[in-house]
Amino acid sequence: MRVGLLVTCLVDMMRPRIGFSALKLLESAGCEVVVPAAQTCCGQPGWNSGDRASARALAEKLIDEFEGCDFVVAPSGSCAGMVKTHYPDLFPGEGAWLERAERLAARTWELTDFLTNVVKLDSPPSRFTGTVTYHDSCSGLRELGVKQQPRRLLAKLPGVRLKEMNGCETCCGFGGTFSVKFGEVSAAMADAKCEHILATGADVVVLGDLGCMLNIEGRLRRRGDNTTRVLHIAEVLSYEK
Amino acid sequence: MHFKQRAGSALADAKLQSVMKRFGSGFVEKRTQARAAFGVDLFERLRDEGAKLRDRGLANLDVWLLRFEAEALRRGATVLWAGDTAEAREHVLRICREHGLKKAIKSKSMVSEEAGLNDALEAHGVQPVETDLGEYIIQLAKEPPSHIIAPAIHKDKEQVSDLFTEHHRKPRLTDIDELTREARVMLREHFLSADLGISGGNFLIAETGSVAIVTNEGNGRMTTTLPRVHIAITGIEKVIPTLEDLSLLNRLLPRSATGQAISNYVSVLTGPRGANDREGPEHMVFVLVDNGRTDFLGGEMQEMLRCIRCGACMNHCPVYQTVGGHAYGWVYPGPMGSVLTPMFNGLENALDLPQAATLCGACHVACPVKIPLPGLLRKLREKQVEQRLRPRTERAAIRLWAFAATRPWLYALGTKLAVRVLRMLSSSTGVIRRIPFDPGWTLGRDIPAPERKTFRQLYAEQRSERGNQGSPVTRIGKPSS
Ligand code: SF4
Repeated sequence: MRVGLLVTCLVDMMRPRIGFSALKLLESAGCEVVVPAAQTCCGQPGWNSGDRASARALAEKLIDEFEGCDFVVAPSGSCAGMVKTHYPDLFPGEGAWLERAERLAARTWELTDFLTNVVKLDSPPSRFTGTVTYHDSCSGLRELGVKQQPRRLLAKLPGVRLKEMNGCETCCGFGGTFSVKFGEVSAAMADAKCEHILATGADVVVLGDLGCMLNIEGRLRRRGDNTTRVLHIAEVLSYEK
Repeated sequence: MHFKQRAGSALADAKLQSVMKRFGSGFVEKRTQARAAFGVDLFERLRDEGAKLRDRGLANLDVWLLRFEAEALRRGATVLWAGDTAEAREHVLRICREHGLKKAIKSKSMVSEEAGLNDALEAHGVQPVETDLGEYIIQLAKEPPSHIIAPAIHKDKEQVSDLFTEHHRKPRLTDIDELTREARVMLREHFLSADLGISGGNFLIAETGSVAIVTNEGNGRMTTTLPRVHIAITGIEKVIPTLEDLSLLNRLLPRSATGQAISNYVSVLTGPRGANDREGPEHMVFVLVDNGRTDFLGGEMQEMLRCIRCGACMNHCPVYQTVGGHAYGWVYPGPMGSVLTPMFNGLENALDLPQAATLCGACHVACPVKIPLPGLLRKLREKQVEQRLRPRTERAAIRLWAFAATRPWLYALGTKLAVRVLRMLSSSTGVIRRIPFDPGWTLGRDIPAPERKTFRQLYAEQRSERGNQGSPVTRIGKPSS
C-alpha cells in the first residue's frame, strides 16, 4: 500500500517532528510511505482569501505530485479537508482536471481517520502517559467527520486519561488569515478556548491541526502559562520518551 | 466604521463581554436538547427536507408569488410590491395617509428594520411602538437590534431597569418578572389606542394567501387583530407553496431558534375581518419587499434566500459569541448578516464582513435549511478579489505566497530563511513575542518558535544518511523488522 505523506506547509516550517511522527505511525502500520520532495502547500490560504487562481495553481501541483499514490494522508484536518472537499470546486466543469481532482479527493485522508478506518492501527508505538484533553479542529470535525477517530486511538494508550473540555468542538479562533486580520477577536476566542482547556486540569491539550496548535499555544504562553503542553495527536501516538 | 473597529469596542466593553459570556451556551444548549428530543437522525432528515422545500419554492418564486397574490386578493387583502426599501416606506406611509392612521403597534419584523420604517413613520407623524419586549427595550434605548430573534440580548437586567425607570417614570424595578409586567402595562394602552398594526411575516402561504407569524409573547396576535389596519411587511423570498410546507418548516424553526418544540403562538392570518367575524382588522395589506433579492435568484448566492431567520447561525458562531451583533454594523448580524449585508447594501459597502469569520462551519451544521454559509462567505471573498476590493498588500501577499509555493527551490529557500529569522526573534522560553510588520497576531498571542530546521531539510538529511538520493519522489521501504 503506497501512501503519500502530505506534510503540510505549517508542519514543514514550524513543527517537522509532527511530520516524522506521522511517518513513523504510517510505517508502523505497514505502509510504504512516499514523501514527494517538491510538495509545498495545498493552496488553502489562496482559496480562503478568494484568490482562486493561486489556489488552483497549487492544487494542480499537488494533484501531479501525488498521482501515483494509493492514498494521500495529512496530519491535518484542514489540509485534508481542502483536498477532499474543495479541490473539485476548483475545476468546475473541466473534464480531465475535475476527474483527477475527484480521484485524489477520494484517496485523501486525515491521519487519525486513516489510521482508524483504513489501516486499523491496533497498538500505536507510544509510551505516552498523562491526562489529556482533545480539541476538535473545525475542518476535521465538520468537513471530514473526524471526532471519534483520535479518541479511539488515544484510548489504546494505557497511560493516557482523556478528560473532555467544555466546548471541545468550538473554533479556537484561528481561521487562517482571520487570525491576523482580526487579531484581537481571534485572541479573545483563543482565550475562551484556553479557559476551557485549563478547567479540565489536563497536562496536555492534544489536537490535529497546526493552525489551532500555534493559536492555542501562542495564547497559553501569552497568558503566562508555560506548563500546559500542546501536542499534535501524531506526537502523542508515537511518543518515545 | 468597519467590523474590526466595532469588534474592538465590543471587546473593550466589560458589560457586553459578561453578557456575551452568558449568551454563549444558552441557545446552543437548548437547540441541542430539542434536537435530541426530536431524534437526531430524524432532525437531520428534516433539515434536508427543509432545504429542498425552500429550493423548490425559490425555483419557481414568480409562480408562487403570483399565486399568493391571487389568493390574498380573493380573500380581500391588498398586495403591494416594493422593489426597494424606499418604495416599501412609501407604501406604508400612503396607507397611513389614506386611512388617517396615527399610531402603529409593531410586532417583530426584520424587513421593517431593513427598511428603516420606524424613522419614516415618526418623520410623518405616525408613532411607532415596538411591542416585542426585546424590540421595545431597544426602541427605548434607540439602538438597533443585536440579534434577529433576541434583539436586546446585549442588554443586562440593570440596563433594562435604567431604561424603564427613565422612560416609564415609575419607581425602579429589578426583578425580571416585575419588569416584564410593567412593560405589559405600558404596552396595553398602546395596543388599545393604536389604529395600525405592523407585523413581519415568517412565511407567506401561496395556496391560501395567508401570512404565518411565529412569536412567543402574544403581541403578534394583538398587533394583527386589534387595530383597524394590519400591514404585514416581509421579503418576497418568504413565500412557500402550501400549508403542509408550513408544518414542516415550523418543526424546524422554533427548535433551531430557541430550542422550543413549538413557539407559544403560531398565527396563520388570512384576509381582513369578514362579514361574520367578530374581530380582525378592517384592512389587511401585504407589503412584499424585493430590495435586491431577485438579483440573487439563479445565481451562486441563491442558497442564501432559503433563510428562515431563525438565528441559529449567530447563536452557534464563535465570532458572534465573542463580539455580539452590533459589530456587524447593520440589521442582520452573525454569519447570515455577513452574507446578507453585502448582498443588500453592496459588497463595496461591507468590506470586512465576508472576512469576519473563521469559516469554522458551526453555522452551516446548525442552519435548519442547510445554507452553506462558509461557502457563500468564501464566494464573496472571491468577488472582493475579482473586483479589487481587498487591499493591494493583501492581494500581493497571497500572490507572492503562491509564486513561491509553485517553485519548490524558492519555497525551500524562503522557509529556511524564515525559520532562521523566527528563531533569532524568539525568547529563551521558545516563543516570539513581537515580530516586525505583524498585522495582528501578536496583539494577544505569542508565536511558538519553529524547530531548528524545516521538515524538508531534516528529511533530506535523513535520506542521505540512508544513502538514497536523487529521485524527486522519495521512498522509504517498509519497516525492516
Ligand atoms: S442562515 Fe440558516 S441558521 Fe442563519 S438565520 Fe437563516 S435559516 Fe437560520
